[in-house]
Amino acid sequence: MNALNKMLGGRQGVVGLLILATLILVVFPLTLDAFRLNMVGKYLTYAFVAVGLVLCWGYGGILSLGQGVFFGLGGYCMAMFLKLEASDPESTKIQSTPGIPDFMDWNQITELPWLWVPFHSFTFTVMAVIVLPVLLALIIGVALFRRRVGDVYFSIVTQAIALILTVLIIGQQGLTGGINGITDLKTLLGWDIRSDSARLLLYFINAGLLFGCILFGKFILNSKLGRLLMAMRDKEERVRFSGYDVAAFKVFVYCVAACFSAIGGAMFALQVGFMSPSFVGIVPSIEMVIFAAVGGRMSLLGAVYGSLLVNYGKTYFSESFPELWLYLMGGLFIAVVMYFPNGLAGLWESHGRKWLSGVTRKPATVIASPAPGITPTPALADKKAASPLEIQP
Amino acid sequence: MTSPTGFQMNKPVLAIEGLTVSFDGFKAVDDLNLYIDRNEVRVVIGPNGAGKTTVLDLICGKTRATGGSIQFKDRELTKMNEYDIVRAGVGRKFQTPSIYDNLSVFENLEMSFPAGRSVFGALFFKRTQAVLERVNQVAADIFLGDLLQQQAGLLSHGQKQWLEIGMLLMQDPELLMLDEPVAGMSVSERAQTADLLNRISQGRSVLVIEHDMEFVKSIAHKVTVLHQGKVLAEGSMESVQNNPKVIEVYLGH
Repeated sequence: MNALNKMLGGRQGVVGLLILATLILVVFPLTLDAFRLNMVGKYLTYAFVAVGLVLCWGYGGILSLGQGVFFGLGGYCMAMFLKLEASDPESTKIQSTPGIPDFMDWNQITELPWLWVPFHSFTFTVMAVIVLPVLLALIIGVALFRRRVGDVYFSIVTQAIALILTVLIIGQQGLTGGINGITDLKTLLGWDIRSDSARLLLYFINAGLLFGCILFGKFILNSKLGRLLMAMRDKEERVRFSGYDVAAFKVFVYCVAACFSAIGGAMFALQVGFMSPSFVGIVPSIEMVIFAAVGGRMSLLGAVYGSLLVNYGKTYFSESFPELWLYLMGGLFIAVVMYFPNGLAGLWESHGRKWLSGVTRKPATVIASPAPGITPTPALADKKAASPLEIQP
Repeated sequence: MTSPTGFQMNKPVLAIEGLTVSFDGFKAVDDLNLYIDRNEVRVVIGPNGAGKTTVLDLICGKTRATGGSIQFKDRELTKMNEYDIVRAGVGRKFQTPSIYDNLSVFENLEMSFPAGRSVFGALFFKRTQAVLERVNQVAADIFLGDLLQQQAGLLSHGQKQWLEIGMLLMQDPELLMLDEPVAGMSVSERAQTADLLNRISQGRSVLVIEHDMEFVKSIAHKVTVLHQGKVLAEGSMESVQNNPKVIEVYLGH
């Protein structure tokens, strides 16, 4: 119990998690209509990517500008399965080759490509959603981190990969549906995913998976591996010359981020009912970084808020002032980077908590870290020094 | 503490032979031979650009040698990974204090504890009693026993130097390499550091690069003077100080 408490980040961590859980699991489903709730569900699929970015960028210092690749791979795997189910010979009998996806028929393809065949199996699909993106991340990670490619060079390579995959998907129209993507997804194992009740259930499954990812993220950050990530970000050489294989840790956290993104992508395909290259390329990948930056790149929960808020803003503004949205988004990113480098979560830490403790008139007993320039008095330091001596049996 | 037997006493723990590294034709280290015995504190001095730091870089694998060999306990270091060299028992302190500013003193020390060094080892690493005892003991050694929960970035410069030495002690290396450990320290901190080095050099070999002659005198068993990547003189502090060649290129008249 104590260990679990520690993993969740103490009382504060539990409270933060409960507030977010209440918002997502209770408040949204009770107050929003089916259409808006489905929209929130869509926003939350981006939150998977943002949570992954907190681990890999915020803590690990690895800025990937190509997370759309993994989101896309996860999404396409799921979409391929759903598309095959939607393309049974009965409902595609007007095609010249019934039983294959409609876009293949339009591209004069007469036989299901071998790449698609395994996606008849749901088990295979679920495995592929995770394994394929993680495998790709592993290859990219090993290739780059072993050669000590880092910082901005790594970011540029990830952008190039995002571009390559987009071009590939658009170019292979018969195989992938091209620029339109894979559309008209209808049922999952015979279950109509377009009905309101199905969407409500998918919303909760999505939220459950997201909290699973957040908890796994918390587990990583509260382990020694989490501290190592921060140490590597600060002083990579020191970590290397303390006997650690730095590249292995980078590959691991990059793969975890890829895995989270892929789950998000698969849930996107299920909830939104299509998948297209417009969620794979450079622009969506950078947008996902903005979600994490706005929410706070050092906060797993902040990343979820960031995804919700920025996407809500995007929907709101692009409904009202479509031509202004891109400028607003750019301005928002610049403002966050320049004035609030720790995003909303950072603002909350520096202002919100103080305000809250003022409101509840309770003295702030827990200080996460001493403010710069203030050295704790010996008495305080002694008291604090005692805390690591607690041992969990 | 292992008490070395007579047989081992004669065999140097570190044997550098014919070591050469050239950067675009410039030989920073040129056919260097250097032997360090067990339990020896060796100080390397020399003018700027003599190749002192490069020698440490070569030993710990940060720079790859162009030629020659570095034998540490009969293992050839020039072919090994950086982390394997560390795991073999070589610890190295950098010239500027290299500590993790965002972590506490406790976490900085814990990070160097030689356990949980693989990805999954780190993920499931547990703070055992052994870890706590070791951290507390080392922290007391490096005068930071009362500051375990202090964020490392807020320590004074001298304390940061000590912390990095402490991080090396956590690894319990057989060869400890320190690059200018008292740079930027006050007079009293220098005295404390000399005391610290004399204590921690028990049972291990220490290789120190230093400019401060008072400090060198207080710790060195033997001094090596490097000049243009080669050994100019080697011996006791006294013999080196009276060596005309050393006075010419380094110590001044």
